[in-house]
Amino acid sequence: MNRFLVPLAVFIVMVAFLAVGLGLNPREVPSPLINKPAPAFRLPQLHLPDKTFSQQDMKGKVWLLNVWASWCVSCRQEHPVLMELAKSNAVPIYGLNYKDPRDDALAWLKQFGDPYVLSIADRDGRVGIDYGVYGVPETFVIDKEGAIRYKQIGPVTPEALRDKILPLVKALQS
Amino acid sequence: MVPEIGQFALILALLLALAQGVLPIVGAARANSAWVSVARPAAQGQFVFVAIAFGCLAWSFANNDFSVLNVATNSNSQLPLQYRIAATWGSHEGSLLLWVLMLGAWTVAVTVFSRHLPEEMVARVVGVMGLVSVGFLLFLLLTSNPFERLFPAAPDGRDLNPLLQDPGMVIHPPMLYMGYVGFSVAFAFAIAALLGGRLDATWARWSRPWTTLAWCFLTLGIMLGSWWAYYELGWGGWWFWDPVENASFMPWLFGTALIHSLAVTEKRGSFKSWTVLLAICAFSLSLLGTFLVRSGVLTSVHAFATDPKRGIFILAFLTVVIGGSLALFAWRAPRVGLGGKFEPVSRESMLLANNVLLVAAAGSVLLGTLYPLFLDALKLGKISVGPPYFDAVFVPLMTPAVFLMGVGPLARWKEASLPEIAVRLKWALGVSLLTALLLPFVMGRWTPLVAFGLLLGAWIIATSAVALKYRLSRHDGNNLWARLRAQPRSYYGMLLAHCGVAVFIIGVTLVKGYETERDVRMAVGDSVTVGSYAFRFDGVQEVSGPNYGGARGTIDVSRGGRHVKVLHPEKRVYHVQQMPMTEAAIDTGIFGDLYVSLGEPVSGGAWSVRVYHKPFVTWIWGGCIIMALGGLLALCDRRYRVSVRRSEAIVTAGGKKGAGASGAAA
Amino acid sequence: MRLLALTAMLLFACAAAAGDAVPTITDPVTNKRAVHLAEQLRCLVCQNQSIADSNAELAVDLRRQINEQIAQGRSDGEIVDFMVQRYGEFVLYRPPLNAVTLLLWFGPVLLFAAGLAVLIYNLRRRRAQRDEQPLTADQHKQAERLLAAGSEREHR
Repeated sequence: MNRFLVPLAVFIVMVAFLAVGLGLNPREVPSPLINKPAPAFRLPQLHLPDKTFSQQDMKGKVWLLNVWASWCVSCRQEHPVLMELAKSNAVPIYGLNYKDPRDDALAWLKQFGDPYVLSIADRDGRVGIDYGVYGVPETFVIDKEGAIRYKQIGPVTPEALRDKILPLVKALQS
Repeated sequence: MVPEIGQFALILALLLALAQGVLPIVGAARANSAWVSVARPAAQGQFVFVAIAFGCLAWSFANNDFSVLNVATNSNSQLPLQYRIAATWGSHEGSLLLWVLMLGAWTVAVTVFSRHLPEEMVARVVGVMGLVSVGFLLFLLLTSNPFERLFPAAPDGRDLNPLLQDPGMVIHPPMLYMGYVGFSVAFAFAIAALLGGRLDATWARWSRPWTTLAWCFLTLGIMLGSWWAYYELGWGGWWFWDPVENASFMPWLFGTALIHSLAVTEKRGSFKSWTVLLAICAFSLSLLGTFLVRSGVLTSVHAFATDPKRGIFILAFLTVVIGGSLALFAWRAPRVGLGGKFEPVSRESMLLANNVLLVAAAGSVLLGTLYPLFLDALKLGKISVGPPYFDAVFVPLMTPAVFLMGVGPLARWKEASLPEIAVRLKWALGVSLLTALLLPFVMGRWTPLVAFGLLLGAWIIATSAVALKYRLSRHDGNNLWARLRAQPRSYYGMLLAHCGVAVFIIGVTLVKGYETERDVRMAVGDSVTVGSYAFRFDGVQEVSGPNYGGARGTIDVSRGGRHVKVLHPEKRVYHVQQMPMTEAAIDTGIFGDLYVSLGEPVSGGAWSVRVYHKPFVTWIWGGCIIMALGGLLALCDRRYRVSVRRSEAIVTAGGKKGAGASGAAA
Repeated sequence: MRLLALTAMLLFACAAAAGDAVPTITDPVTNKRAVHLAEQLRCLVCQNQSIADSNAELAVDLRRQINEQIAQGRSDGEIVDFMVQRYGEFVLYRPPLNAVTLLLWFGPVLLFAAGLAVLIYNLRRRRAQRDEQPLTADQHKQAERLLAAGSEREHR
């Protein structure tokens, strides 16, 4: 009798996994950079190309690095959320303008508003590769020591902001 | 109006399916012949209404009724008529309706071709199929209604995905579904047998032709998908171990194990509970495949747009159907006897070994497909399992199976002699080794992998020849032609199908071993050489089609200075979805394909172009077609067409105990 | 080889301004090593393609990275590590062999071994099965009748 139950038992185990799987997102690739130092870069600023910016400059502060581009449709989705966040001054947001012609990027910010303290231009996407960017938008929470503590894949939703990003920022700032 | 008729027809179909699913099974259990006789008419009625619903949806597509949400999402007025009709099954909802239509068709076929079966068995089989229909119809009506309306109606539609606007894509789903759904017949027979307690060789004989037919369709369906990917996707690949491809391959592997297992049960009455389990599993994997594609649990280029609600419904449905049948199996199967005795070395044991290998292979494919999900669910990280894994794991498992393909047909039933078989196969082994050693040099280069593949392919062909020769020699006296005619079609079906596998293996081996690719930037007049062919780029012109615009390249192919062909690869952009598509230009031949696809335009009127030479690639799909033909041939064997009722009369007349027992067990 | 040379000569003779096509960075003949590496890495944007096959922008960028690193003299292992550091093990097309994937890699062999064990166990059990009862005289006669009736139908 027991060996005839084996197929049923195997099936039940599999169904349990599939049921859990319904709540997971198979397309999401988690970042291996969590709790590791943010990869170093020094890039020209978008508005002031003669000046550069580096992640080093932010040592001692908690900040957000938001990867965006004018050609990215989902970025428009999260933009109002970022504008709100910028107004609230909870945490400074810096933009990484990814593979975008300068004029398009500037025009986009003019049209939709600029929540960033400043944006840097990653024209060929190399810094993006260093940060493991595979889609736009993505947002990184970086702590005072310069380590990445969280990566938001996809647009920053009000829920993600409320439940994950802001509590983490608060904890890191204290 | 028409969509409403369609919707209403679906509801009626559901009601009939309920009657079809419940009454006959209960009737058979209680020997209520009135309820038992509901089966056939209910099934036929259900099919009529599903066909009406399908017709209504197709009509809505053909007539550009954009007030139907499904039409607005998947069609467009610029879409040519044949693709508008094909768009009926191009979406999740539409393809499910196709599933239900095919299920209805198979059920009707069972009602028509089962006059010789006992009524209570037909009742159970049709009833089980009715219950499956109920599940799918409920799923359609509750979560995936193809007739949902869009008010106000859209001015025009979002167009069918350009990848689907192709003849291969039109026929691939229907073929595939005919296979998936066809396994439901074997499944229903298995459940009916478990319910009725009647599991013997005659049950196997009834199930076998249905299973073989479903297997043929599935083989063709998978082959069409592979061939389509090859010519449509533009980089010459033909199998990617994509989760949805695996979802179709696993039922195929189990189905192959099942048709072999049924052979044993039919001939010798052995493996009964194992065969029943295989039948349950083959259809279960079809259902699992449906779940995987539509629930969002796995990603794939094939996956339909996902919706967790649908995922939950299908999973619940899966659990009920598969869990229920496996529970029924655990309960009833132990009562079934062991059947005919056989020695450790015999055709039976070799077929069992073949089954073990096929099931292990299918299990490995399932493991690889679901492993990322397992790890993610257990919070152990995220990995991906790509083709290198499957290739590494599948080939070693299939190699012994291929070896057995040569030995099995020569082994006697019940008790075989290894030394005797070895003597007969000496010649075949010699020929195979020789082919493996020498043929690669003809192609230009010897590698161990190519030699190995050719060894396997040659082994199958050589051993089939030996088996045929030996079998013919047993009927001495008559002339060759009479002896050939005397063999049953199922025997030739087996040989043909096995040779189809050989052709497939040879095709895969030669393509993987000898294909060449160049990825180059070509200005007008530039040439590139692939193999012994020279490809000259003669520029690009603008073209436009009914719903697309694009660029059409001209490539002049020559060999040894002599002109061979002009190829026209295209790069299209479909207006509505703004999706770029590559239409590769292929020169197909028995000995190989020349394949050119346009990449991107680069400065100065030049383009990046990919050029391939793929020797013997058509043998891959040719092998599959031959396999399916073998199956069809086996199906047409006389013994399935001779009336079984008369032979039943003889048996039951001779043993009243037999008739009494079957009546009591019903 | 001669055919190639002949073809090349003819082409050279025929085409005045035309020349040989320039291989791109994904050309498997001139960039064997790069393509080989690219085939080991998954394209994260398009599901189920390697970055060798994919035409997505990210794939193009990563292929460029590979070429640059090859030019810098990095080894295959170093280049793959570079990718894994940034994208995680998900980017490996061929799943790694580590503690977590042991079951994945050894599963098939285990399945086969288990199946084989069950098979052998069953064969042994059958052998130990009680021998079949020989037919009684009556059953013999019935068998003969059936066979006779059967072969009549065969010859019809």
